[in-house]
Amino acid sequence: MIEPASTTGPDRLPPAIGLVGDVGMIRRLKALALTQPLHDLDVRKAHLDGADFAVYAMAELGLHAIDQVTVAMDFDRGADHDQVRRRLVPLAAAQAPGRPAAEHERVASWVLHNLINVGNVNRGFEAGYGTVHADGRYERRRFDFKLLVEFADPHGEIYLRATDEAVTVLVGALDTDITSAQVAAEVALDTLIRRGRLADARSAAEAARYRTVQYAEQLRRHLDATRRNVLAVDWLHAMPALVDEALQHVEQRYRYENAILTHIRRYRDSADDADHKRQAADLVAIVGDCIRRHTQLQARLLEAGAVFRAEQDRQQFAVASARGGIDLHSQLLLPTLALPAGDAQRPAMAFFPGAVGVRTPRAPRVLDLVDLLLRPVVERDTLGAEVVEAELVALAEPARFDDETWARALGLLELDPAAPRRLSALLADARRGDDRDVADLVALLALHAVNPRVDASRQAGETTLTVAVDDGTPLHDPEFGGADLLVGRAQIVTAPSAAESSDPAGITSVLTEVRAASGAAVPAGRRSR
Amino acid sequence: MSWEPDTGAPDRQGAPIDTDPMNAGSVDSGSVDSGSVDGARRAERRRADAHDASRLVSFGLRPRLVPARDPDYRDLARRYLREAEFAALTQAIAAGLGLVVLDVSERAGLVPAGAEDSVFAVRIGDYARRAGGEHRAADRLLHALAQLAVAALAYPRPADLADASYVGRVSVHGVDAFVRETCRLLAERTAADDQNVDPPVDAPRLEAAWRLYARRASTGSTRDARRLAGSTTGIIARAMNFLVESGCLVQVGDEAGGTFRTTPRYQVQVRELAADAAFEELLTLGVITVTDGAGSVRVLVDEPALLEMTSAGEAADV
Repeated sequence: MIEPASTTGPDRLPPAIGLVGDVGMIRRLKALALTQPLHDLDVRKAHLDGADFAVYAMAELGLHAIDQVTVAMDFDRGADHDQVRRRLVPLAAAQAPGRPAAEHERVASWVLHNLINVGNVNRGFEAGYGTVHADGRYERRRFDFKLLVEFADPHGEIYLRATDEAVTVLVGALDTDITSAQVAAEVALDTLIRRGRLADARSAAEAARYRTVQYAEQLRRHLDATRRNVLAVDWLHAMPALVDEALQHVEQRYRYENAILTHIRRYRDSADDADHKRQAADLVAIVGDCIRRHTQLQARLLEAGAVFRAEQDRQQFAVASARGGIDLHSQLLLPTLALPAGDAQRPAMAFFPGAVGVRTPRAPRVLDLVDLLLRPVVERDTLGAEVVEAELVALAEPARFDDETWARALGLLELDPAAPRRLSALLADARRGDDRDVADLVALLALHAVNPRVDASRQAGETTLTVAVDDGTPLHDPEFGGADLLVGRAQIVTAPSAAESSDPAGITSVLTEVRAASGAAVPAGRRSR
Repeated sequence: MSWEPDTGAPDRQGAPIDTDPMNAGSVDSGSVDSGSVDGARRAERRRADAHDASRLVSFGLRPRLVPARDPDYRDLARRYLREAEFAALTQAIAAGLGLVVLDVSERAGLVPAGAEDSVFAVRIGDYARRAGGEHRAADRLLHALAQLAVAALAYPRPADLADASYVGRVSVHGVDAFVRETCRLLAERTAADDQNVDPPVDAPRLEAAWRLYARRASTGSTRDARRLAGSTTGIIARAMNFLVESGCLVQVGDEAGGTFRTTPRYQVQVRELAADAAFEELLTLGVITVTDGAGSVRVLVDEPALLEMTSAGEAADV
């Protein structure tokens, strides 16, 4: 756009000057436009329903939001929505302490959504400006920009990154050379500390940190492009220059920041004012963070060469094929994207029907059509279908022995306390019926009675319980083996308190409690032991 | 429909139906006396052929069916490849229905394409119908571009399109990154040409297509955690799901926003029809790109050591 001065005659001089001025003008207009969304926040808060939002300084919250995202940005990721919102809520609360927490939450979300510009399909902003052409023609143009952009990580989680434009708005250094601005910030910071102006020093340190983020972002983008195609990035001149510059820069800044850190520490330790002390401590933290970021950037810079070489090896030695055919990328996609939107429609839409193939048309019967037309609109429930409350029934295992068997078995064991019986005799009685299970149950009950649960029976209020004692007689039975137990009924009496206290829970107490009612069964058992 | 698959052989008796356009009325008109039995048998065979040929067309109209999964389909495809007469008959039946047989192979089966104004053809208007309002034109273009981009990444090299055994692998995020990278290249190119002035306000159709794409958000959070339909990944996902329904892609995984592989049918459709149609349009617009046939996109084999999670779907890079 800038014409060489030699070709301009005396009569063409004014427009040429106008154009040179125009470039700066465009930059300033764009810089101005970038602040617009922040001002809009304060303008539009009046239209928010629900409450009076005039107390909130929305632009301030907006700047804080961009701040949070920028600080959270590192080489690979950004901030997630919740994280930013969480940080904004206390700020909103500080602005309007009397308001409910839900409102603070709402304000924070509103600010964040507006900075992403959720309502716009592009999720971005646009601003208009005009340029004057060399021939005096005035043309309106549109400037598209974004402040916060959403990206998806490999797992599909969405995170936010601040755009270069947003960082520029924050730093306030509109359209300036990164390097010189950084050095200027450095010097300013150093002087400010020496003079003891810590609040200013703090803002300068923060500005320096944002620039570091910008540097890293630039490098990241170049490395990403290199991974896709080595040839896409100029590794002969531009990239080595950038890496050298950045490395030099890191080195310089590292020296500076360490010097500054020493200064501030000294200041912090010698300051008398508590407020100054705290400010200095804050500054130490910020500069510390700067140093950490620089170390990270330096590590990436040192890797950059290796990335390039690895990618070159990987990409250059890929097998190239020599067969012809249409090249979808360079012959179709690239030229189509380069066309103006109006023209690009034609090739793109010509491609579509062929690529997707055929569809069998679905022709409903007239009868179905009537149904279809008369069917009321399905109201979509945001919550989806109601979850059916399942009726859960505890899975009960069927009893091994049925009631009749139990009745008969227990009937057999209803012994006269005075007359204990042998197990073999009981089994013989049980087998007399046609139910074979009765014998099984009797055997089991007898076995159970060898060590009866006296406490449980007593608590249940029973006065007698079945006991079985092994007196050494072997059992001769086709189905069961072991001892031919002596089964009888014993009476439960409350033990004397002395016995209880001396042996509260032992087996001896059981034995003392169970005094033989029969006079035969238990003594017999005791004898055998 | 009359060509609905029917397992029984044609056994309808009565007057011969003149469905065969190839040799109608040319064989048996004079030979009734000498061999009426012979003539009747020939007519019956002709009907059987017509039945088989239309059956093959009907198989071709079921986009997700492949010969490998249906022995009848496989036999008919083989017969098409073997018998020139049967092939001609099939093509004639397809033509009558408003279809063009692009290719028949054992791998892809019969691949039909809708002739112009055919009831079987899909129109972009039906596809991108939901878009409305001021972004209607932009959305339609983005939808169409997404289809083009999916194909371009699915077959990154010219040779891939020609190689019938090639199976492409694409992912939603991969395609988005691919187009955005192309947009970046174009932005750099225009910056180098010193044309990097912003688009005029009142002429949206003069704005370069890549700007339209680059400006659109690539992803976005939604209230119900679904993919944002208007974002570029949303548009690409829709394109891919549509291709899945059309039997052009098969989903193989969920990584990178959904990963898909191509089917032989898709390759035939892109190679035989879509690419040429788009290329012709570009020619009419005066855009001619000459390549050496080696391809501008290099396909790299990712070394396992360098393999990242995201690069699984992005084997091909700009």
